[in-house]
Amino acid sequence: MENILSVRGLTVDIPLAAGTLHAVRGIDFDVKRGETLCVVGESGSGKSLTSLAIMGLLPKQAQRSAQVLDFEGVDLQTASKRDMRKLRGNRISMIFQEPMTSLNPAYTIGDQLMEALLLHRKVSKPVACDRAIELLEKVGITAAANRMKQYPHQLSGGLRQRVMIAMALMGEPDLIIADEPTTALDVTIQAQILRLLKDLQRELNMAMILITHDLGVVARVADKVAIMYAGEMVESGSTAEVFTAPKHPYTRGLLNCIPVPGKTAAGEHLGSIPGIVPSLIGDVVGCAFRSRCDEATAQCSSDIPARVSSAGHLYRCVHDYDGPASPSMNQPKSGEA
Amino acid sequence: MLVYTLKRLGLALLVTLAVSMLSFALLYLSGDPAAAIAGETANADDIEAVRIYYGFDRPWVVQYGEWMFNAIRGDFGTSYYFKLPVSQLVADRLSVTMLLGLCGISFALLTAVPLGVAAAVRPNSIIDRIALFLSVMGQAMPSFWFGLVLIVLFSIKLRLLPPSGSDNWQNFVMPTIVLGYYAMPAIMRLTRAGMLDVLGADYVRTARAKGAGEFRVMFKHALRNAIIPVVSLAAVQMGFMLGGSIVVESIFALHGAGYLAWESIGRNDLPTVQALILVFSMFYIVFTFLSDLLNAWLDPRMRVG
Repeated sequence: MENILSVRGLTVDIPLAAGTLHAVRGIDFDVKRGETLCVVGESGSGKSLTSLAIMGLLPKQAQRSAQVLDFEGVDLQTASKRDMRKLRGNRISMIFQEPMTSLNPAYTIGDQLMEALLLHRKVSKPVACDRAIELLEKVGITAAANRMKQYPHQLSGGLRQRVMIAMALMGEPDLIIADEPTTALDVTIQAQILRLLKDLQRELNMAMILITHDLGVVARVADKVAIMYAGEMVESGSTAEVFTAPKHPYTRGLLNCIPVPGKTAAGEHLGSIPGIVPSLIGDVVGCAFRSRCDEATAQCSSDIPARVSSAGHLYRCVHDYDGPASPSMNQPKSGEA
Repeated sequence: MLVYTLKRLGLALLVTLAVSMLSFALLYLSGDPAAAIAGETANADDIEAVRIYYGFDRPWVVQYGEWMFNAIRGDFGTSYYFKLPVSQLVADRLSVTMLLGLCGISFALLTAVPLGVAAAVRPNSIIDRIALFLSVMGQAMPSFWFGLVLIVLFSIKLRLLPPSGSDNWQNFVMPTIVLGYYAMPAIMRLTRAGMLDVLGADYVRTARAKGAGEFRVMFKHALRNAIIPVVSLAAVQMGFMLGGSIVVESIFALHGAGYLAWESIGRNDLPTVQALILVFSMFYIVFTFLSDLLNAWLDPRMRVG
């Protein structure tokens, strides 16, 4: 199947008084129709900037460059402001992290939903209204016609995020980017929203980029996963590959942090990665993870090429590792011995 | 919305009552009114006669009740100086003041809001600097001085505009600028600050992500939210302009209500002063009430629970 979005060598630089912040440092990925790519990484790893770079919504001072930034044959780097505006909300939609503040408090839910369609299609208001109600019902909101007349402050966080999802779907997009859509929500609501997103993505055969720092989420919904660390994609591949045969020590560290039902004993310490993310101001040479890595050697200070382990499974580490996904998973538990 | 309106209305009525009591009390705060009316040459018997003639010998509750009752019907008594009904006097002068106030606030809003928006869209740009310069100037210049500068420039040097009077529209140009420019800085700065705040809001990013154009983002999504505090400020400024344009009216010899108030205070013409205070306060009360309603319309969080 053909790629909807192709990204090669995407960088985002932010000039600061202390020097240039290399927030995203040359990342590559593709997304196909009907596919879900999960981008995983901790705060400040460049996940959100990556999504804003695709949308063309980076802060003014940020500088974007890429070798390839192609959306269905449209080069997003050379597209005019007008063309980008036509894509946004129409063929590429975005769902944000903060449902509480992402809706305009001055307008009704209905106004804001309809606007998403009226901006791009020559349809009448009643048609847009019907479409909005239909989508509100689709995202599981009851009494949708009444909700249309309500204001954001009258809705709970979970409902607002459902409204945001419905809004993103108004223009029947080919690609939907969800930037930590469940982070601000209650745990019980998180699962509902994720299931909803996944179901809708399948039903409408959209491509989805889901940004998260929760590997549990990835395991449930992703076809492909990309692990970001310090502005770089340190490992990417099919979810099954990356989870069962992780090649990068950072990926293994992350996997080690999740409790596994039935394997992790009560009271057992979960893994953690020592140290902090390095500063990305100024030139970054070599592997950014080496200061936190147990396996670091002198080689890690030189340029790290992308290596291929199997078809579509890429990683940036000079060391070979063929061990288990998570060391703790195979160690005998003290109680079992 | 109805409950909200009624609450605001009740509040406005209470403030009106308080102000009416204060303006009535003014009669006694400035000394014995009978002595003031009778004049400096009057003896004790004359003063007593005046006191009985005007009813100052009765209990103050009765006097207040009578005054208030008449005031509601539009009768504020007779001016000591003009020997004319105060209501007629005030009504004549009020048209000039209201026209000036309306022109002044329009001038202030029409310059301040676009300038504030432009400054917020490009902070620290040349437009922002110019806006800042203009607002500091407006804040720092006393209006009597600015008025005189305009008169020197446009009336004496260039001979374009008449320096005084209130006969035709040309008389209102300079007073409008002086009065409006006085209110402009605060409105401009508040608009700029509000816009800067709102442009960083998540819902503005949502609007952009929907594919809304910059113009739509600015005016539909951002300004609507940023303008809410500006409405309250403009209402107070408007009240101030209608009641406090005394300085501007005096400089340009516009025969408005502010000028009348200034003259009447000098002449000890208490019924006129009382009526004017009540009318000026009413302006504040009415505009505050209207701005509350306008804000509730702009911000659904205030009207829908």
